Amino acid sequence: MSFKLMDWIEQRLPVMNAMNKHVTQYPAPKNFNFWYVFGILASVVLVNQLLTGVWLTMSYEPSGDGAFASVEYIMRDVDYGWLLRYMHSTGASAFFVVIYMHMFRGMMYGSYQKPRELLWLFGMLIFLVLMAEAFMGYLLPWGNMSYWGAQVIISIFGAIPIIGDDLTLWIRGDYVISGATLNRFFALHVIALPLVLVVLVFLHILALHEVGSNNPDGTNIKKPKGSVAPEELSQFTFHEQYTKKYDIVDAIPFHPYYTVKDLVAIVIFLIIFCGVMFFAPEGGGYFIEAPNFQPANGLKTPEHIAPVWYFGPFYTILRIIPDKLLGAVGMFGAIIALFMLPWCDRGVVKSIRYRCTAHTVNLVQFAICFIILGVLGTLPASPLYNMIGVVASFGYFGFFVAIWIYSKNEKTKPVPDRVTGE
Amino acid sequence: MSNAPVNNGRRRFLTAATSVVGGIGVVGVAVPFIGSWNPSARAKAAGAPVEVNVSKIEPGQLIRAEWRGKPVYVVRRTEEILSGLSTHNDQLKDPQSEVPQQPAYATNAYRSIKPDILVALGVCTHLGCAPTHHKGDFEQHVAGVKNGFFCPCHGSKFDMAGRVFQSVPAPTNLMVPEHSFPTEDILLIGVSGGEA
Repeated sequence: MSFKLMDWIEQRLPVMNAMNKHVTQYPAPKNFNFWYVFGILASVVLVNQLLTGVWLTMSYEPSGDGAFASVEYIMRDVDYGWLLRYMHSTGASAFFVVIYMHMFRGMMYGSYQKPRELLWLFGMLIFLVLMAEAFMGYLLPWGNMSYWGAQVIISIFGAIPIIGDDLTLWIRGDYVISGATLNRFFALHVIALPLVLVVLVFLHILALHEVGSNNPDGTNIKKPKGSVAPEELSQFTFHEQYTKKYDIVDAIPFHPYYTVKDLVAIVIFLIIFCGVMFFAPEGGGYFIEAPNFQPANGLKTPEHIAPVWYFGPFYTILRIIPDKLLGAVGMFGAIIALFMLPWCDRGVVKSIRYRCTAHTVNLVQFAICFIILGVLGTLPASPLYNMIGVVASFGYFGFFVAIWIYSKNEKTKPVPDRVTGE
Repeated sequence: MSNAPVNNGRRRFLTAATSVVGGIGVVGVAVPFIGSWNPSARAKAAGAPVEVNVSKIEPGQLIRAEWRGKPVYVVRRTEEILSGLSTHNDQLKDPQSEVPQQPAYATNAYRSIKPDILVALGVCTHLGCAPTHHKGDFEQHVAGVKNGFFCPCHGSKFDMAGRVFQSVPAPTNLMVPEHSFPTEDILLIGVSGGEA
């Protein structure tokens, strides 16, 4: 009876076929390592944010008069309100932790290179929407840091020549950040951007499955049809979508092999997540900043305005440039540079394991500069910090220039035909 | 079904014409969505002028007024401060106030109507933070200048006429809003003299 029902559905909508194609018969390279868990972790956090977000809207009041009090109400009077809110606020920081790791994985193993450029672009769009989502969400508690953070970020658009001032007025919907701004940010944060985000994640995964997963060796697991001896072929059954054109080697089905592996990662991740959520939900002032425990006050700027830690690198680039327009250009340029990475890198060898030493040095210095910029973003401005910030910014942008130069005629090590680590 | 020959040129024209009309429709539909983001009538009405009594401000003292939700700094500058304004012109980005960050009647050496009363928006022209007033201890930021404003966000510096110093992120001098003095002691922020 149930088989009949499933057949009936399958003939009308091939659900099981899609399940096989993307889960139980998706060929994933068998040499995935630690770095390959962050995609799944990002999905877990996304689900957490969507669920807790929906529940928070049930008690939150999006208005200039009521927002701050309603967050206090959630924290004190709503059963488990504090837990839902901390799940959401800790989730925001966790989102960026796993996304930054996920992006760094892609950079290490060349996962943005041909044929995965579009996959990378979808990923970058997700990153961009995520930053907008986080920024707008941060205004909603209507604390003083929410208020002034939004004031600073919206003013960046005022740097655009001619239309800048009118544009900021249009974004705010008032002469200052006000309830009007809060309400539209709420609408975007809970409806518009999550919809976009979910669609982008869907496209990101579809684009991944179309071209197939990269792996730490950067080898191609899809060999020309008929080129592989039968005993060398993977022993597993893969969906015909993948096998009709290629011989698949060194692969295992995503489920159950990687779902089980990812489950371990999820458990470890959740232990750390809960540790932060229960024992340090404010993250030492980095996840929820101290001035945000005071209501928004348009007449009093907090002594030291710092963005939440995950915006630190871009914020530092903004403020070390002593010119409003160029600062904004620098900040957005830092993100655009990431978008352009597949075309900055002219190399054909993907994995850091087989690329030249200069590439390793370049990637390490990039990571260090990124972290330095991030730390500086949370510290007050001072001449010394500015100087360090300038150096680190050169390191950040230098990465993209350097990779363009050395990747053209790069001296690489021989890439193995099959994955290593047997 | 008619067996008339297919006229491809006519099909292309009709497709293009339909697309253009549809496109105009999309633009038309976008108007209310974009327009609804403008400040509402209520927000505009809240931008009414504000009255401040300046007779009670001590020399050297700064008071904050609120106009359109923004802080307005009103300072009674002492003789010493006023005479000091001309000593650091070479360190300023725009010492002569050439950028129209003030009404014409405040485009003078003191950037004010009455020399001693400075009226300026307490909104940093970089990213909109409220600069801190440093009374007598500004030399930690600019050597030789005793009073000024320092923005805690990104370190922009302004003198006691709201003029911006060089090598800071803020591009222009602090905004001097339209203002007027209907009587000797009453300052009206938001309206120029003669209009009220």
